[in-house]
Amino acid sequence: MKRKSQNITNKIWSCSAIVLLLIVWQLISSLGIVDSFMLPSPLQVAGAFVSEFPTLMEHSVITLAEAFIGLGLGVLLGFGMAVLMDQFEVLYKAFYPLIVLTQTIPTVAIAPLLVLWFGYEMAPKVILIVITTFFPLAVGLLNGFKSVDMDSIHLLRAMGAGRWQIFRYIKLPGAMSQFFAGLRISASYAVVGAVISEWLGGFGGLGVYMTRVKKAFSFDKMFAVIFLISIISLLLMKGVDLLQKKCMPWEKE
Amino acid sequence: MAVLQVKGVSKSFEQEQIIKDISIELREGEIVSLLGISGGGKTTLFNIIAGLSEPDGGKVYLENEDITGKPGNVSYMLQKDLLLPYRTIVDNVALPLIIRGMKKKEARQKAASYFEEFGLAGTEKKYPAQLSGGMKQRAALLRTYLFSEKVALLDEPFSALDMLTKSTVHEWYLDVMEKIKLSTLFITHDIDEAILLSDRIYLLTGRPGTITKEIAIREPKPRRKDFNLSEEFLAYKREIISHLGE
Repeated sequence: MKRKSQNITNKIWSCSAIVLLLIVWQLISSLGIVDSFMLPSPLQVAGAFVSEFPTLMEHSVITLAEAFIGLGLGVLLGFGMAVLMDQFEVLYKAFYPLIVLTQTIPTVAIAPLLVLWFGYEMAPKVILIVITTFFPLAVGLLNGFKSVDMDSIHLLRAMGAGRWQIFRYIKLPGAMSQFFAGLRISASYAVVGAVISEWLGGFGGLGVYMTRVKKAFSFDKMFAVIFLISIISLLLMKGVDLLQKKCMPWEKE
Repeated sequence: MAVLQVKGVSKSFEQEQIIKDISIELREGEIVSLLGISGGGKTTLFNIIAGLSEPDGGKVYLENEDITGKPGNVSYMLQKDLLLPYRTIVDNVALPLIIRGMKKKEARQKAASYFEEFGLAGTEKKYPAQLSGGMKQRAALLRTYLFSEKVALLDEPFSALDMLTKSTVHEWYLDVMEKIKLSTLFITHDIDEAILLSDRIYLLTGRPGTITKEIAIREPKPRRKDFNLSEEFLAYKREIISHLGE
């Protein structure tokens, strides 16, 4: 009970900070401190959002489709790699440094290459998202697998459990919270990854829309789409939280 | 008849001999304690009996069958309850049955049928975090029992509990043991606990650890309530302390 009221107070503070920021921003625009075509006021942005809503939704569907397909494949890849690297020490030693290395390559740098190789369709976008999303998942799961209590593993071994049973009953459920922590990060990466790859070429999606409105200097629409992307990311992260609660009922007491 | 026999077991780690030529036996329905100081090789012996590590020499027999170095025959229970936090109590307890290949539903039913007897009624659907330390140890004992009705190893199972809980748990333990007659090798460093619960006590002393004395506790079971305050109890305690002091 106490925790809940604490939670509400926390929200009050963060909400008032946001409201305050919006008011300041509105004042800056209304008082003409910055030209409104350079920095549209929050009200103008909201107006653009409403008037462009059908178009935004159309593009969102494309971006979300890419994000989900990419994230889905990223989860599969991350999961597969984590399991293999956990089961075979050799693979861990061989590939772990390589995986870390892939993450030092900036997304923006490889995206144009992917476009050159795979064209303007969905493929390069999905590939980029897979590359960015599998990493947090693989690392999270692997840490989860490696951090399980050795005494529990010994006990199951004494009960005659084989390798697969130890994985199934101890390692996998034990790594769930780390898996979801990774999925949370990956979900937001997936949206951002989709948008970035759309910037570089494509026929639809929020990234394509963004480049179009940028060229038209419609900054109000630009801001509208930026907000939409944040909202989508937040919703996805919230979705992951809900999924986690559903999959890990023992956590809620 | 001896259910479990340990014959001439020795083990070294990195040049240092931990236990030497240990021979003990556990007869059907007996509770036998292995009493010794911490770090005296009790847990090493324990891992060998459980089949988790191989002795340098010697053999372990379960009902005359050689089980040296073979896990999957003897289950154990530790100070840590090792209940899996993401499984309900009934699913935790049923785990050894499921590992052996029993259908999940059947395993659950079988496990649930013992809850009353073990004083666990009503905890079936709860998660371990919702139970007290004493209750968790009850569940851990039931899991051990479901793994093997023949013999169990208990490694200081109650040493993490506070004094009052401990004495309640001891009472409960003796009571359950009367009913299920599980032959038990009980490892402890608590002299009172050893006398209170055991039929026989082996003293493991020295470095490397060897069995230097065997004491039979000739107090009929079920034990009277004030056994731990009686002259006989104190006599046993004196005998043990004087031997450990040598």
